[in-house]
Amino acid sequence: MSHPYEIHEHDVLVVGAGGAGLRAAIESLSRGASVGVVCKSLLGKAHTVMAEGGIAAAMANVDRGDDWRTHFRDTMRGGKYLNNWRMAQIHAQEAPDRVRELEQWGALFDRTADGDILQRAFGGHTFKRLCHVGDRTGLEMIRTLQDRGVQMGFHVYMECAVTKLLTDGDRVCGAVGYWREQGRFVVFRAKSVVLATGGIGKAWKITSNSWEYTGDGMALAYDAGAELMDMEFVQFHPTGMVWPPGVQGLLVTEAVRGEGGVLRNRQGERFMERYDPDKMELSTRDVVARAIYTEVREGRGTEHGGAFLDISQKPAEYVKRKLPSMYHQFLELADVDITKGPMEVGPTCHYMMGGVRVDAETAETTVHGLYAAGEVAAGLHGANRLGGNSLSDLLVFGRRAGLAAAEGADRAPTGSSDGGQVEEATREMLAFFERPEGESPYAVHRDLTETMQSLVGIFRNEQDLESGLAKIRELQDRAGRVRVEGSRLFNPGWHLARDLKAMLTVSEAVARSALLRKESRGAHSRTDFAESDPSWGKRNIVVSRRGGAMELTERPVPEPPPDLKALIEAQ
Amino acid sequence: MKEAVLRVFRGTSDAGDLVEYRVPVAPGMVVLDALHYIQGYLAPDLAVRWNCKAGKCGSCSAEVNGRPRLTCKTRMDSLPLDRPVVVTPMKAFPIIRDLVTDVSWNYEVNRKIPPFSPRPGTDWKMSQADVDRVQEFRKCIECFLCQNVCHVLRDHGKKAEFGGPRFFVRVAALEMHPLDGVSRTKLLKEELGLGYCNITKCCTEVCPEDIHITDNAIIPLKERVVDDFYDPVANLLRKLFGRK
Repeated sequence: MSHPYEIHEHDVLVVGAGGAGLRAAIESLSRGASVGVVCKSLLGKAHTVMAEGGIAAAMANVDRGDDWRTHFRDTMRGGKYLNNWRMAQIHAQEAPDRVRELEQWGALFDRTADGDILQRAFGGHTFKRLCHVGDRTGLEMIRTLQDRGVQMGFHVYMECAVTKLLTDGDRVCGAVGYWREQGRFVVFRAKSVVLATGGIGKAWKITSNSWEYTGDGMALAYDAGAELMDMEFVQFHPTGMVWPPGVQGLLVTEAVRGEGGVLRNRQGERFMERYDPDKMELSTRDVVARAIYTEVREGRGTEHGGAFLDISQKPAEYVKRKLPSMYHQFLELADVDITKGPMEVGPTCHYMMGGVRVDAETAETTVHGLYAAGEVAAGLHGANRLGGNSLSDLLVFGRRAGLAAAEGADRAPTGSSDGGQVEEATREMLAFFERPEGESPYAVHRDLTETMQSLVGIFRNEQDLESGLAKIRELQDRAGRVRVEGSRLFNPGWHLARDLKAMLTVSEAVARSALLRKESRGAHSRTDFAESDPSWGKRNIVVSRRGGAMELTERPVPEPPPDLKALIEAQ
Repeated sequence: MKEAVLRVFRGTSDAGDLVEYRVPVAPGMVVLDALHYIQGYLAPDLAVRWNCKAGKCGSCSAEVNGRPRLTCKTRMDSLPLDRPVVVTPMKAFPIIRDLVTDVSWNYEVNRKIPPFSPRPGTDWKMSQADVDRVQEFRKCIECFLCQNVCHVLRDHGKKAEFGGPRFFVRVAALEMHPLDGVSRTKLLKEELGLGYCNITKCCTEVCPEDIHITDNAIIPLKERVVDDFYDPVANLLRKLFGRK
C-alpha cells in the first residue's frame, strides 16, 4: 500500500535551523535561490540558543595584538594538529566579518569603553577574543539570524524531521521527512541539501545537549554514502552541573573561568596547578575535563562527585551582569548563590569534533550536492575544539555552505529519486506501529546512554570499547524491534524510535574509531595508550558504508603550506 | 523515595481529560523531569514540547496548578505535593495534543514587524549604557507565557487586532536600538493594537526572564504612540524641525 504525502520543491533545502543552518539559508537566499529550512523544533529553539560564552573572532578590540594568524595557531594547537589547516585558516580569517555582519543585522553585543564589541578571555585563546552578550550569546545570534531569514523570505518547515536523503545516482536530490505535529509524510525535492543538524550528545547519559542532538545529519549523510571523519573525538565540557540529579550535565559556561573563576578540590587545593600550571583554569577543555575527572576518581571530589568552581571573589554586581543566566540557574535549580559561594561542577558530554567529511572551501561532502556545516561537519576542530570556535564555525562555514549550495543548484540538473526510496522510508517509519509487541524506545535509549557513558566516555581502553561495541550491536537489534504506542499525532515515543536509529549508527562510528586510534590525543584518552603517538598525529580516521557494513580507513592529515607550518611551530 | 501525583491533560482540542500518574520525586526535580518520567515509564506517547531543559529556549511552557510556567524551571519542591500537581496546556492557544499547543500565530505577528534598519552612515559605535536598555528586551526566549496570560488574548481572543506583550517587547528592542532609523509607531497603533493593553502587568509577572515588559517596553511605546499621533505640540515641533 502506498501512502500519500505532500511534495515541496526548492533549489536549496537546509536541514536544521541553528546558527549554521540559518546562516546557510540567508546566504543561499541572497544568491537568489529558493530556500526551504526544515527543523525538528520551533524556529528559534535550536541548540544554538544554549551557547553562552561567545563567538571567537580576532577583532583585536580589546587586545590590540590579536590577528587571524594567532587565532589560526591557537585553533591548530587546541586541535592537536589533526585539524584541516585550510578550514582553520578560513575560519580565523573570516570570523571577524561574520561577527560585524551580525551586528549590522541588529545583534547587540556587550561594548568596550570606546563603544566597540567587547571581547573576553577563554580557554586556549592567546588573547581576549570572544565577542559576547553576557552569557547568552547564542540566543542573540539565533534571534538575529532568524529575523534576517524571515525578512528575506525563507520558507520554514517547523517541527518537521528528515528521515532519509533521496539520491539520484551519485548526487542528492531531496529528502523524506514527517511532520511531528500530525505525523504526515513530506517529500522535499531540492538540487542542493545542506546538513546543519548539530551533534550527538543525547547518546550519553550526562550531557549538556538537548533532545534534538541525536546525530541525524551524520547518520543521513552516512546512509547516503558520504564519509564521516574524526568520530573518536567527543568533547566533554569540564563544567556541567552535578547536583541536584535532575540538572546533572546542565552546562556551566566557560565564561565563569574566563571571568576569573577558580577551580578547587574538596581539600581546597587549586588543582589545575598540577595539570597545566601555565594556563590553569583557562587550559583547553580536554585538559580541564580530565583534571576534574581525575580529582574525583582519586577521592578529592566534592560531596556530589565534582569540583568547586568559585567566582564569588568578584563583586556580586559584576557576576550578575556578566553571568546573569548562571546566577539564576544556580539560584533557582540548586539553591546556590554563586556570588556568595562555589558551584559544584563536573564533566558533561558537550560537542562532537568529528562529523561529515567536507571540502574546506565549499563545505561539500563526498556526495554531490550534499553540504554540511557546523557541528555536523568535521575538520575545523581536529582533536579538541576551543570554546568560542563553535559559534564562529557556524557563521563562517554556514555562509560558505549556503553560497556553494546555491551556486551548485544553478548548475545541477533536476534529479529524481528512483527505485521506491520514498516508499521505503515511509514504510520504515510505519513499521514501529505495526508490531503486535515490542519494548519501549525509551528503554533502549536509556541503555544506550548508560553504555556510552560508562564504556565510551572520557577515559577509554580496549576492553571497554570492545564491550561497548558489542552492546551497541545488541541495542541495534533491540531498536529494530521496538514498538510505538498510540497514534502519529505528536507522538514523542515514535520520534524517539526513529532518532534511536541515527544515534546507534553514530555511536557505532564513535566506538569503532576510538578503538582504532591507539593513542591519546585531545579529547580522546586511552588508558592503555596514554601517550600521543606522532604517527597517529598524521592520520585522520574516516568512516564510510561499504556494502551495508561500516568500514574504517586511515587518511593522511593534509600538510599545511610552509608559511602556515612555520606559524604553527613558532613559539 | 517520595512520590507525587500528577494530573496531566491528555487529549486534543476536541476532547480530553486529566489523567493521573504517580511519579517518584528526586531532590531538585522539576515538573519537566516528572513529565519525562511519565514518558519513559508510563505513557511513551505523552506529547510535551521541550528542548534545552535549561530555561534558555522557552519551549516547555504550560500551566502548572493553573499558573503559566516553564516546566523546566518549576521545581517540584516548590509545589504542595500533598495534593495532585495539575499540568495543562497553555490556554490561549489551540491544543494540538496533550501539552502541545499551536503557537504559529505568534510567528505570523512577528512577520509584520519591520526589521532593524541602521541609520545611514553609522560608525557602529555604541555605549554599554545605551545597549543595556535594549539587551533587557533581547533576553526574551519566546516562551509565549506573556501571550498566554494576557487577557486581551486569553479571555477576549483578539488575535486579529492585537500583537501581544511578546511583540511589544520585540518592537521596543528595535525602537530603542541606538542605531535604528525607522519608526514603528503606526504599526503599533494600527496593526498591533497597543491601545488594547490596559497595563495590568500580568505579562510581567509570568516572564521567566524577568523582563519588565509593562514598565520598560509597553509604557514607553504607548508614550511614543501618543507623541506621534496625539500630541499637538510635538506635531507642530515636528513640522517645524523634523524628526524621524
